[in-house]
Amino acid sequence: MNKIVSLLCGIIFGIGLVISEMINPEKVLGFLNIFRDWDPSLAFVMIGALIVSTPIFHLFKNKNKPVFSSNFSIPTNKELDKKLIIGSIFFGSGWGLIGLCPGPAITSIALLNMSSAIFVISMFIGFYLASKVN
Amino acid sequence: MNIINFTLVSALTGGLLIGLSVALFFILNGRMIGVSGIASNFLVSKNNRIENFLFLVGLILGPLIYNLISGKEINISISSSLILLIIAGTLVGFGTRISGGCTSGHGISGISRFSLRSIIATITFMLVGILTVLITGIL
Repeated sequence: MNKIVSLLCGIIFGIGLVISEMINPEKVLGFLNIFRDWDPSLAFVMIGALIVSTPIFHLFKNKNKPVFSSNFSIPTNKELDKKLIIGSIFFGSGWGLIGLCPGPAITSIALLNMSSAIFVISMFIGFYLASKVN
Repeated sequence: MNIINFTLVSALTGGLLIGLSVALFFILNGRMIGVSGIASNFLVSKNNRIENFLFLVGLILGPLIYNLISGKEINISISSSLILLIIAGTLVGFGTRISGGCTSGHGISGISRFSLRSIIATITFMLVGILTVLITGIL
């Protein structure tokens, strides 16, 4: 069942990115272009998501176990360290250059767009490099 | 500042679906979704590899299923140069794994948990993203 849930959640997430148009880098760059012509849409995608995920997380986090798994796996790292800030600066600058973050980038492979494919391959190289540093 | 291209209804609708995906994954599989974490773990870790792979396959099926149901074409345009795509992709991949999350992992899952780490990460990558767009707009 875990596997079916993973596939299904991926599909729902991907459709969410399409409907919200976050799959389109121009829409994301429009959000980041706050000092000129600003498109606030991305903020409302986050609000829409948080309205659902926040109450559900807090309702279920103290339950014994998830439905199809033996235990909940919730991040425990609370450290506010240099890596958090430096990593976020790297991510933010790459995000602002093209307007793609990991979710929309992978989802856009479906559109067979050469530019997003190059971005995704580079992103996986970045994952690999980080795994050697971490 | 002028407000342009604001699509409130589709933003909220898409957002609700993303939130539903995060909520279901937590209730059923017990994990919080972060796309950068799922994608990089698929690459470097044996744990949950099939589940992680299937989630990524699902992401890619999303637009195809949407297109099948709605009949609407999905168009995106990226006009950046090859070198810029490589630099940006590497920065995004490296940065998200150093900081432990991206727009979904920190921005949605982390903020849902009221994680201070995630709130600080989200503010940081948004400010840097805004600054980057400001600078590239001037150049």
